[in-house]
Amino acid sequence: MSITRTAWVVLVVSVFSGWLHWVEASPFTPTDDAQVLERLPFRPSDPAARQLREWRAEWMSSPDRFDLAARLARGYIEQGRRNADPRYNGYAEATLTRWWKSPNPPTALLVLRATLSQSRHDFNGALADLTQVLKRDPDDPQAWVTQALILQVQGEYQKSKESCFRLQRLSTTLVTAACLAGAGSLSGQAEKSFDLLKKMVDQYSPPILGGVRGGNAEEQLWARTLLAEIAARRGMPAAAEDQFRQAFLLKIHDPYLLGAYADFLLDQGRAKEVLPLLADEMRADGLLLRLTLAEQTVHADSFSQHRDALRDRFAASRLRGDRVHQREESRFTLWLLHQPQEALKLAEENWKVQREPWDARVLLEAAQAANNHAAAKTVLDWMAKTKIEDVTLTKLKTELEK
Amino acid sequence: MTAFWSLFITFLFLLCFARSGFAHKPSDSYLNITVEDQKIEGQIDIALRDLEVAIGLDTNQDGAITWGELRSRHAAISAYVLSRLEIKEEIRPVRLSALSSYFVPLWAKEGKEVVFPIRIIDQQVDNHTDGAYTVIHFEIDCCTDPVSAVTISYHLFFDLDPQHRGISRVTYRGQTQTALFGPDNFSQRLALGVHTPLQTFISFAGEGIFHIFSGFDHILFLLSLLLPAVLRRQDGQWLVVSSFRPAFWNITKIVTAFTLAHSMTLTLAAIGLIRLPSRWVESSIAVSILIVAMNNIYPVVTARLWGFAFAFGLIHGFGFASVLSDLGLPPGARGLALVGFNLGVEAGQLVIVSLFLPLSFFLRHRFVYRQFVRVAGSIAVILLATIWLVERMFEIKLI
Repeated sequence: MSITRTAWVVLVVSVFSGWLHWVEASPFTPTDDAQVLERLPFRPSDPAARQLREWRAEWMSSPDRFDLAARLARGYIEQGRRNADPRYNGYAEATLTRWWKSPNPPTALLVLRATLSQSRHDFNGALADLTQVLKRDPDDPQAWVTQALILQVQGEYQKSKESCFRLQRLSTTLVTAACLAGAGSLSGQAEKSFDLLKKMVDQYSPPILGGVRGGNAEEQLWARTLLAEIAARRGMPAAAEDQFRQAFLLKIHDPYLLGAYADFLLDQGRAKEVLPLLADEMRADGLLLRLTLAEQTVHADSFSQHRDALRDRFAASRLRGDRVHQREESRFTLWLLHQPQEALKLAEENWKVQREPWDARVLLEAAQAANNHAAAKTVLDWMAKTKIEDVTLTKLKTELEK
Repeated sequence: MTAFWSLFITFLFLLCFARSGFAHKPSDSYLNITVEDQKIEGQIDIALRDLEVAIGLDTNQDGAITWGELRSRHAAISAYVLSRLEIKEEIRPVRLSALSSYFVPLWAKEGKEVVFPIRIIDQQVDNHTDGAYTVIHFEIDCCTDPVSAVTISYHLFFDLDPQHRGISRVTYRGQTQTALFGPDNFSQRLALGVHTPLQTFISFAGEGIFHIFSGFDHILFLLSLLLPAVLRRQDGQWLVVSSFRPAFWNITKIVTAFTLAHSMTLTLAAIGLIRLPSRWVESSIAVSILIVAMNNIYPVVTARLWGFAFAFGLIHGFGFASVLSDLGLPPGARGLALVGFNLGVEAGQLVIVSLFLPLSFFLRHRFVYRQFVRVAGSIAVILLATIWLVERMFEIKLI
């Protein structure tokens, strides 16, 4: 064999075995001491990391001080939200172990416990804690707003609005407006909710300079994202695009915003734009899902690799007995694995726990694909009862009722 | 200031809402152990991120963990794991007769518990969905007596992260069990199936019976074949047989032929001499049902139906074999399991036939039976078999 042929053979074999190794993903022994195996979420010199370390050191020197523990726990939860990384919820819970199971815990613990419960989608557990909090302290804005949001996720819009009303004298007008707009937009008052909230948040940000004038940037982020979602649900893509743009101008890295915008782009047939948007966001399962959906549409090379990665992640979740991912898993099973029956089962399980527009949507889409119109009935009845305004849901309803 | 903080914190809670699951990959470790009679081999995969929080791995504090840094911390990692993982073996007392072991439930038996030290062999690296893990290979030099149960106590990371879980698989003689360790169940006893031959035989016979009753297609084939057994074809007409004996004899021939045929192919496939692709087998089973049902309406083969039964029985045997392979033949008791399964299938068939035979014999005079049951029933079977055929050929689900 000539040298070039040998070289080709060697190249092909090594590429193939390299691919095989990657595919096999079996344990290996690295050969180079300088090879980087893992990049930590942030460098220890990062200000957020430093802050958490300080708080942790203070707490560890007086571990009985609940206020220090609570401050650290809040810091962990915030970090977890920013990175979409649930390990931080575990660290937060560890910080609060001393008070976690006590019969009469501090009010702040109940609020933190409720927050962690809702992260795990234990909504009833969270509501139980919040009810207790509000019994003790009816003027706690965090408790009211968390309760309002959980009730909204459960589809209890009237009760959610009642909780939002309590925020009027306890929090800012923007927070109250956003709270009400969320529930209102899903119970037949989409236009009014949109207009009111938009008026409220437009007071704050000047679009020209791209900066943030007054007010809390996080609150504005929430309001803008919500406005974008309402506009998308009302079938007003230009308005939605505008609100998303304003949300991104706030320059806060928010996985929820990225996911909502990706869903909007996918629905608008702009899958190509999703790829650069989520290219660096693969650690978050929900964002990897949207990226993979876009890759399927545009036939990107990395599609099958990402689809397999998602399959592994859902399997890992199931191994641990976590059921928080059912909405995403249903979407994955329907659109990427093409298994409508299995997707429908997951969507039905998911519907037992949460009832946001997307949960209704995954169920209706799965029911449609599985040709099981009876399964869609609960959702259709719910849609009629709540008077939800959502163009995608309405379209599915029409198709299913044919 | 307090107003600002309360607003800020309000905000944190709103947004930490993450209104639906994003990246819910909390902390897990994976523990796999294989129990053999003389030793236990194991592997535990632990996330580098978790070890960083627990004992620190990033020695130069640059936000990245290199192989060199990890290697330098191997001893500390071993110490951390060994202090938080314990595997106890329970040894079954040797003097226990086969009969008593059958009647006394396995979990009730008292064995002797021994803790043998864990010996760490080496550490490698593996990449899971959420990052790099260290892979610790270990061994436990065990005992001379057979192991009846292991008790695993797992305490890693719970003090730092109560949401951490240890996901464990224990394999013994080809059978695998899983266990999930959390702060509320950090110690679990796993009984290892030590089946006596009798237990193996009975459990596989049960599987055989269960498969006949749950495998609707085999029953349907048999019943379709047996439908005209109490009738006779003469001069282009369906007539009833006059006495019980011909009917009984007919049915016996058919069932025996079917049984012989599927036993042969089941055995050949189960011991691995013949392997057929399952899609082909399943589709052929559907075709067999189709043909038999059609034959009930437009009789092509009227005599010697046992020929049909034999020919198609060969194919059904392959279908049974795939079920058996899913169950997994226990090494060292394969023959016993095979015979047990086969007899179970036979027993199940026998039950169905003995229910069907008197019923069809008594009804054979009725018009209902001759026309309605035979024709309408066969049409329904044809429809069902067609759906199955399409489903199995194209691997889709229609119903």
